[in-house]
Amino acid sequence: MKEGKIKVKNITLYYGKKMALNSVSMDILSKQVTALIGPSGCGKSTFLRSLNRMNDLIPGVRITGEILIDDFNIYDKQVDVVNLRKKIGMVFQKSNPFAKSIFENVAYGPKINGIRDHKQLKEIVETSLKRAAIWDEVKDRLHDSALGLSGGQQQRLCIARTLAVNPEIILMDEPASALDPISTSKIEELIFHLKELYTIIIVTHNMQQAARVSDYTGFFYIGELIEFGKTKKIFTNPEKKQTEDYITGRFG
Amino acid sequence: MHDESLDPLPQQPASPEVRIDKNDFVFSQGTLKKKLRLSEFLSEKIITGVAFLSITIIVLIFVFVFKETLPIFRSAADRKTQSTLSGLPEKYKGEASKTADNKQERYTGSEEPKQERYGLAADSAQTAGRTSEEVKEDDRLSGRSDRVVPFSPDRVTLKGLFGKVWMPVSDVPRYGMVPLIVGTIKITLIGILFAAPLAILAALFSAAFSPKWLKEIIKPAIEILAGFPSVVVGFFALMVMATFLQQVFGYSTRLNAFVGGIAMALAAIPIIFTITEDVMTAVPETYKEASLALGASKWQTAFFVTLPAATPGIFAAVLLGIGRIFGETMIALMATGNAALTSINPFESVRTLSATIGAEMAEVVFGDTHYNVLFLIGSLLFIFTFSINALAEFYVKGRLMRRFQGRIS
Repeated sequence: MKEGKIKVKNITLYYGKKMALNSVSMDILSKQVTALIGPSGCGKSTFLRSLNRMNDLIPGVRITGEILIDDFNIYDKQVDVVNLRKKIGMVFQKSNPFAKSIFENVAYGPKINGIRDHKQLKEIVETSLKRAAIWDEVKDRLHDSALGLSGGQQQRLCIARTLAVNPEIILMDEPASALDPISTSKIEELIFHLKELYTIIIVTHNMQQAARVSDYTGFFYIGELIEFGKTKKIFTNPEKKQTEDYITGRFG
Repeated sequence: MHDESLDPLPQQPASPEVRIDKNDFVFSQGTLKKKLRLSEFLSEKIITGVAFLSITIIVLIFVFVFKETLPIFRSAADRKTQSTLSGLPEKYKGEASKTADNKQERYTGSEEPKQERYGLAADSAQTAGRTSEEVKEDDRLSGRSDRVVPFSPDRVTLKGLFGKVWMPVSDVPRYGMVPLIVGTIKITLIGILFAAPLAILAALFSAAFSPKWLKEIIKPAIEILAGFPSVVVGFFALMVMATFLQQVFGYSTRLNAFVGGIAMALAAIPIIFTITEDVMTAVPETYKEASLALGASKWQTAFFVTLPAATPGIFAAVLLGIGRIFGETMIALMATGNAALTSINPFESVRTLSATIGAEMAEVVFGDTHYNVLFLIGSLLFIFTFSINALAEFYVKGRLMRRFQGRIS
């Protein structure tokens, strides 16, 4: 087994007094898709958000433990959160393109990183949109408002926007939960292609989706990581009773 | 897993209080018959009545204001009948010496109406019979006047209204509104140039950067300023700011457009701040999250995401601020010097449209041309403020909604 790209060691997280994550540890491998499943409120999104320190924005969050990315602790005091987030992209549950043109949406990331050259920006936008498999649909209306796109297109645009800052890791928080089946399958196909280039961690409610797209699966329940392993094994021969119950639909 | 019965109703716990008589659900003539809910009916009618009453009152005010401006555009013959000449009434004894003190005499060629009109009865036709200083002095000594001044100069033409001299109480009254309009625009520009950046930046700080406890202090504190009586702001400007600013900038006229504009800004800042802050807080959290997740700093997120997304609302806020400054009377009256000059120098005194009404309306002859011209100014103010507010309203409705609820294409 390869060494993990992200090594999570005993992460415990509190929202005020409420414990949201209880001593979670896992190794996430490079250029693999890792799915996190579990019932609502079990801490999987919280866990995802702690990987790019988005939880820092919420007042009253306390976190202990270590998250090492390439053996570097991202909760070290020296870490610049802004630069960290450039390396770890995030796609949200609800597609959230800015109220700008399609081009401006994708160019936003490179622009804030100081790229001013229009030709270079154009290249980045085109590459990103192509990687997000939306280029053909929008190439003729790059300067239209992004809000005019359909939900599935908006979500892929958000993925393209994330790709434009050239991250190594992409976090996806239920990226297809608000989409129709066709858009969902497009996103899943996209994830399948993207894993050649990026390390992807995806939170999902949809177990079939987890089974389809992921290489590794972690099952969360009430803030704890119950089981983590190869997707095939989790879905066919889980070790824990709770995992089996959840996967077979007994609860959740 | 235990097998559930198909009908869930019998399993619900039956509490005695909420027990429902089965007969209530029977569809029959009795249960479905129209009922008269008298109190609801009455309160609905009363609310409707009150709403229409207030609308009617507002409309009547507008009708009144516009009606009073109409005689200006009527023929001179009509107007002649409205004013009759009569003997000048007795005058305030100290008038002559008072007018001599008037510093603005040089500019207007006439006296300040405020200072001149002491003791004049409101219903006298002093405007038409207004005479020069010497004549007035004679009048004062003799006690009455038998001079007859021809009425014709009191006519006002459209050209006259756009003249450069506002001299409503001279021998030959002139009602050129250009200096008033220029003064108002000057004050409004100065005011908004001060107020808008300050208020918007303060709102940006409050919405994007400040910790929550600080925001809870800042926001109410600035909003309290909105309820501040403008006469107090004017007084402050007149007494403190005017002297201070004169010492700093070293201009010659103590009360001028600059001082007035800054005082106006004090009145406009809370309005702009409050609305801008609300709009910025209303920018969806997901936008900010998306930006932060892309590796933007707080500062970049605030300036490149929050601010642009809030632009329509900020635009509306600024327009409302302009409307406030435009219509502000008391501060204009107290802190601008009230000299009707046509110049673009911000350090010279100005007289605004609203201050002109405020200063002159109380002492003008009812039905006189001057009176009508003041109402014309009122109509102008109304039209301008109305269009600004309408613009703000529709711009907000159109742009903001479309932007945030995503109905573009």
